Amino acid sequence: MVDMSVTIGGLTLANPVMPASGTFGEGLAGVVDYNSLGAMVTKTITAELRSGNPVPRVSELSNGMLNSIGIPSKGIDHFIAEALPFYRQYGSPLVVSISAPTVEDFASVAKQLNQPGIAAIEANISCPNIEEDGRAFAMTADSTARVVEALRAATALPLWVKLTPNTGDVSAVARAAENAGADALVVANTILAMSIDIETLRPTLGNIMGGMSGQAVKPIIVRMTYQCAQAARIPIIGCGGIASADDAVEYMLAGASAVQVGTASFVKPHALTDVMVGLEAYCRRKGFDRVTDLIGAISDGQMRVDEMDVAL
Amino acid sequence: MHQTPLAAPYDDVVAEVIVNDWVSGEYKRIRFFVPSLAAAARAGQFFNIECPVVGDDRPYLRRPMSTYRADPASGELDFLYKVAGAGTRGLATLEPGMHTRLLGPLGKGFELRPEWRNIVILGRGVGLATLAPLAELAAASGVGVSAVISARGREQLLSLDRFEAIGARIEVMLDSEGTSGVETVEALLRGYAQAGLADAFFTCGSNRLMLAMQRLGKELKIPGQVAMEQQMACGVGMCFSCVRNFNVEGETISRRVCWDGPVFDLAEAVSW
Repeated sequence: MVDMSVTIGGLTLANPVMPASGTFGEGLAGVVDYNSLGAMVTKTITAELRSGNPVPRVSELSNGMLNSIGIPSKGIDHFIAEALPFYRQYGSPLVVSISAPTVEDFASVAKQLNQPGIAAIEANISCPNIEEDGRAFAMTADSTARVVEALRAATALPLWVKLTPNTGDVSAVARAAENAGADALVVANTILAMSIDIETLRPTLGNIMGGMSGQAVKPIIVRMTYQCAQAARIPIIGCGGIASADDAVEYMLAGASAVQVGTASFVKPHALTDVMVGLEAYCRRKGFDRVTDLIGAISDGQMRVDEMDVAL
Repeated sequence: MHQTPLAAPYDDVVAEVIVNDWVSGEYKRIRFFVPSLAAAARAGQFFNIECPVVGDDRPYLRRPMSTYRADPASGELDFLYKVAGAGTRGLATLEPGMHTRLLGPLGKGFELRPEWRNIVILGRGVGLATLAPLAELAAASGVGVSAVISARGREQLLSLDRFEAIGARIEVMLDSEGTSGVETVEALLRGYAQAGLADAFFTCGSNRLMLAMQRLGKELKIPGQVAMEQQMACGVGMCFSCVRNFNVEGETISRRVCWDGPVFDLAEAVSW
């Protein structure tokens, strides 16, 4: 028997596998057992009503995709009345992803989610589609510190902060979030990107720019997970191109305590189950008694990264 | 026969290809042997199909396709598709004996209310592939079908035999013969309504024809349904890619084609 449980900032999960925000909802319940998940993570909700971006909202790459969904949201009351009861049917802890245009609004949303049935808040301070040209709080350490401090003051729930890869110094942003009171870091959101259809000469996304996800981004986000794990002491939740148990293992070796499966669920609806089952099988095969033994277990003892020295 | 939205179970299943043939210069029909899904699929529902990587074509996302024929008795499930891009070019290379994954049946299909004795189906081009199973469902339930079938030319009349086989009243209108104008369609629909043959309207495949049917449905107080398409990713309502606007009592509402549809109330549809 492998002990698959992990503890993320005071919250114990039965296993380290959960969906990524925006790639989960009622629709996967037909193929995935939600009671088996380490946690459930909602699509980002906002206080303001948002209709989202113009179509096309997705475009395809050879090994990933771009999206510019734009966080359509029906507001907090709608979430509490309609979505929350759905998730309460299941035993897995519910993590609610939130976003807001200002620091004050972020704090206000967090306050309103002090509800039974909500186990943690994931602050999406990194969506490239909500601010103009992909700007987001998590692009700088200063703005990250300001919004996380306000969130920390507003909620007693475990606070997970979702970082962006669209920053020059993710280590500094990670430390800023930790110092401001984050309980965990989700590394990371999508990479700001665009593509152009050379037949029509038009951008492939209705919003021109969007976020890149899927297997193609994995090495970039594994690198950021490694950097954040070096820079911060709080747990890291790895998120970026995880489609198989092998990918999840790689993230944990880089320093992640848990993983989120996102885009993979769009192309392989059973991906979450496959990752959970495969992760346990890997631990058994390699003789790890506890999945937590994988965290940061990368064998890099004699190796150096010059850029890391600069960043630290 | 009265269908409850989303009541049917769906799953992601490896399915064996048993036929994948050209049916015209542009279209192929692929047939899978997949009894569990063939038994569950209802007219108007769709599947999200994994398309293989072939050469330079690397389709990452699945391709949504409406059910062309689902036969619980034989376990066969058919799709009609135009070979147009990376996904369908890959799909076109699958040979009998090969496998791919199908997620479905998905979405809300057509609804046939028990009180409807005669329906009118208006379709164009590949939209007829979506409507053919509806015509068969209606016929099997003893509901009379009048079909107005529009296409560019004879070559595009792919599902005509399916409507003929159930004994539908059929009117064919072709661009190539100058008979597919909106006025002609309106006159035909009015005729069916006057003859008591239009308890409900159904359409798919043409914005222009949808608008004509919607206008007439409103005027004559005939309920209607329209099957819609939109570029999709997940197919199960999670990603919010496949949204369209609808007009609900003067208010613009955004709905997901995969989850709230793909069959919608004709009266609320908005020109695309």
